[in-house]
Amino acid sequence: MKVLTTWLRQYLPSLEVSDAQLAEDLTLRGIAVEGVFDLGADNGSLFEMDITTNRVDAMNHYGVAREAATIYGLKLAPLSFALPAAKSAAQPFSVEIEARDACGRFTARVLRDVKIGTSAGEIARYFQLLEQKQISSAVDATNFAWLAMGQPTHAFDLDKIEGGIIIRRARKSEKLKTLDGIERTLDPEDLIVADHAKPLALAGVMGGWDTMITPETKNVLVEAAWFDQVAVRRTARRHGLHTDASHRFERGADFNAGPLANNLVSSLILASGGHIEGDLVDVIVPEIAARTANRKPIALALSEVHRLLGVTVDPEGISAEIVANYLTALGCKLTTQAHASPLSDQWQVTLPSWRLDLEREIDLIEEVARVYGYNRFANTLPSFAGSVVPLPHATAEASLRTALLAAGLHEAISSTFTSAEDAALTAPQPAQLVPLGNPLSAEAGIMRPSLVPGMLAMIAGNLHRDTGDIRLFEIGAVFSGSTERVEQHPALSIGLTGSLGQSGPSHAPRAYDFYDLKGIVEQLISRFKAKSVYFDSFPAESGLTPPWLHPYRAARVVVEGLTAGWFGELHPREATARKIKEKVLVGELWLDRLYALSLAKPQVRELSKFQPVRRDFSLFVPGQVHWSQIDAALGSLSAPELASWQPREIRREGASSAEYSLLLGVTFQALDRTLRDEELQSLSQSVVEAVSSLGARLRS
Amino acid sequence: MTNGETSDLNQKFVQLEAEARQAASSLGTPEAVENFRLDWLGRKQGKLKHLSDAWLKSAPAEQKREIGQRFNALKATVESLLETALCAGPSDAALAAEALDVTLPGTRRLTGAEHPITRTANELISIFASLGYSVGIGPEVETDYYNFESMNFPPGHPARDTQDTLVIANQERKPLRDRLLLRTHTSPVQMRTMEQQPPPIRIVIPGKVHRNDAADATHSPVFHQIEGLCVDTNITFSDLKGTLDYAMKALFGSSVKTRFFPSFFPFTEPSADVQISCIFCSGKGCRRCKHSGWIELLGCGMVDPAVFAFAAERQPAYDPKKISGFAFGMGIERIAMMKYGISEIGQFYSGDMRFLEQFA
Repeated sequence: MKVLTTWLRQYLPSLEVSDAQLAEDLTLRGIAVEGVFDLGADNGSLFEMDITTNRVDAMNHYGVAREAATIYGLKLAPLSFALPAAKSAAQPFSVEIEARDACGRFTARVLRDVKIGTSAGEIARYFQLLEQKQISSAVDATNFAWLAMGQPTHAFDLDKIEGGIIIRRARKSEKLKTLDGIERTLDPEDLIVADHAKPLALAGVMGGWDTMITPETKNVLVEAAWFDQVAVRRTARRHGLHTDASHRFERGADFNAGPLANNLVSSLILASGGHIEGDLVDVIVPEIAARTANRKPIALALSEVHRLLGVTVDPEGISAEIVANYLTALGCKLTTQAHASPLSDQWQVTLPSWRLDLEREIDLIEEVARVYGYNRFANTLPSFAGSVVPLPHATAEASLRTALLAAGLHEAISSTFTSAEDAALTAPQPAQLVPLGNPLSAEAGIMRPSLVPGMLAMIAGNLHRDTGDIRLFEIGAVFSGSTERVEQHPALSIGLTGSLGQSGPSHAPRAYDFYDLKGIVEQLISRFKAKSVYFDSFPAESGLTPPWLHPYRAARVVVEGLTAGWFGELHPREATARKIKEKVLVGELWLDRLYALSLAKPQVRELSKFQPVRRDFSLFVPGQVHWSQIDAALGSLSAPELASWQPREIRREGASSAEYSLLLGVTFQALDRTLRDEELQSLSQSVVEAVSSLGARLRS
Repeated sequence: MTNGETSDLNQKFVQLEAEARQAASSLGTPEAVENFRLDWLGRKQGKLKHLSDAWLKSAPAEQKREIGQRFNALKATVESLLETALCAGPSDAALAAEALDVTLPGTRRLTGAEHPITRTANELISIFASLGYSVGIGPEVETDYYNFESMNFPPGHPARDTQDTLVIANQERKPLRDRLLLRTHTSPVQMRTMEQQPPPIRIVIPGKVHRNDAADATHSPVFHQIEGLCVDTNITFSDLKGTLDYAMKALFGSSVKTRFFPSFFPFTEPSADVQISCIFCSGKGCRRCKHSGWIELLGCGMVDPAVFAFAAERQPAYDPKKISGFAFGMGIERIAMMKYGISEIGQFYSGDMRFLEQFA
């Protein structure tokens, strides 16, 4: 909204501060001036205003002037418009409010023998400075009233009106061509201004084409009315319209402004000729007047002002006098109990008709704080005796994040939404998808059921930007359930491709493989105290492996009997579909399965003072025997001297070869003694026997 | 054996010792030391073995003792020379042959980087933790009741228009308050927290929020907020000012100033926008602060009594005549963009390695 300071100063004859100072003072009191533009000699400045939606009353020149008068304690010139005497009418113009829930007041005045021409003088000057288009003297008059007082008005060509005015709801399939030239079919809930035969205007939104003022118009009906917020909002929305008038009515217009605005418009039209016929018709619905202009006073206590606002920089603080002065200047009427002094600290406050946003004591306290100036309050810190309560899973999440960062992975955040195809591909429960009602795009129509689509998109994005080494993770929510009940669960995704996070001239880069990802998963899970953890996989035909994973290079991780996630190589089919040529490792963990466990606490074991003995066993192992079986067989020996064992090297022709060679490294150590040769021999023998039970044999 | 032979032998021992000393003086590498050992002390080909075979074993009985002593003395000398050579380690020349180009880049074990949003949120969380604030979280999919109604956005209120909302499908048949949507702000967690616990409350709420906004350099349909709520007896507007002034100084440095402007939010009253003095030009005016010297950073206000009234439905202790509180909210992206010089909000959600690795 634009405001001219010359126009403002017309209402504030005693205003002495500069335009720049005025702009700053208004801004600090919530009437924000976003820009100040000098209009040259004698023209003052143009303020570009940004006024919050609750302050529609200030979205006009008089409203801004009232704010300035309050801030500086100046007198505000009253609004009054002199009208010539009226010629009498045979009978008063007929106005009937049928929709008494939605139209609270309707003023109408008949002007006859007017001359529609071009506006001159003050209107022309102000409009030019504001870059407001001039249309005709009658329309310019209504726009002038809007800019001056913020009251929407309308001028009809009286001769096109049949009978009188009725404010009512539209009838089914009634039609109205509005001023924008569009023929509209009305809805039975639309609030309209009609005559005895037809709709004339969408009430509070836009006038009708047929009753528009033209250069030929001789007789005019001037309307200034009060329409209900919700009724106007619904009508405007239904027709996809947002006009100055609807903006104001939707946020609550001034119930008492109608007669004044009607006078202003009439006086401006009559300036180029014509006369008034009859008295102003002013129809009021008392029930609506009672909830707008004639609201009950509200109580305000100075003690509440102090309780909520606290300490001011100025030691004198906010006095009863300050409160009374500010509120009075804003248009409130303050009364005190009969026996109390005018500067008592308890008031009954009658609210101005233009401030429908003021309803409660707190609203008045806000006005006091606002006009006093927020920056005149001190900076204090409240005392506190409680303690900081940790969030249930914050420590667990932080622990996971630390492990992931230490593994060299960067944290990423991807979209919350995914496409129907990716949702179907990655959802752990494909029947439990949650679609959006108004998605941003077709590709973002589903609440992500998995973090995998986002991870794949980020990997593909990096590869397409020629970044080949990718190490990412994301911790975020995934969604399941139905549109009736949406469940949100924490999840973690990991994506790796290219070479390990290591670089240097003396080390050849090594590509990430399945076991790198598995190692990260193992390390993450080891942060929690789990009774059992195992990894397994399933043949492709079982249909148990998620379809985004390579069926023979993917594993499930099971923690305490519950699936905690899946990971492995991206299915080559999905890689191709995303134009990815590189081998990508990707996985997802369902964190609530981990958060259900407590975090592992370090528990120190006794360290042996005696020398360990390392022995390597070179074995041939039958092709179908997995490491987990060898591991279990060695574990079942339950020999305390068998300190540790791990596969050191594996040579295998292919997954289907009948046999593979395994170099098994074993460390023997006792807590209480140096192991003797005979003991070592017997321990080695038991190792060989344990693996032999699986069909493995020592390489001769 | 004659005397002449004896003195000849003496000379031989002296000569051998000199030879050993000579050889030991130039042992630069471990290989040379080993060769010296083999040359002198080797069991099969060593010079001393040879000496022992040639002279000691064939010496006449009366000379055996003397030759034996001389032999042992020589052996001790050689062993001591070997010991010295072993302890001295390789010579400078040998070390020079192992020289590296130390200007080549080091081998780095790359470490991961926390996302700048996480990093900024954690920074704010720890600032408020020092003022006694715990952390709360809430669901990203909310009901209309928590996101709007209980935050004092009545049905049909124009303020709902300013928060273009993404909604879950198929909600039309439900009562308005039960309809599911993606929360447009973290404020619903205020109500969820108050329903769960009576005052006093001090909580910060970081989280992801969504709006149906077209993406541009500074707008994204997904973004993050951090919300704060403080409720107790005697919480005042000046407490709100002091708290945020402290937090902004902790976040941006002690020279940062704050100023408060009246604003409007349905769930606070009085409401304020907070500006900080421009951190780029220290308030002198620059391109980043549009030459105003100030940057708008957050919204806040005293909790509206209507919000307390909703909370009091479950927790009667939220009686606005007895308690009071303030709330504030800020965009984490905006703060991170300022702190780290990020110009495109979309970079936060791209997973671009080149962007993320700068935070390692």
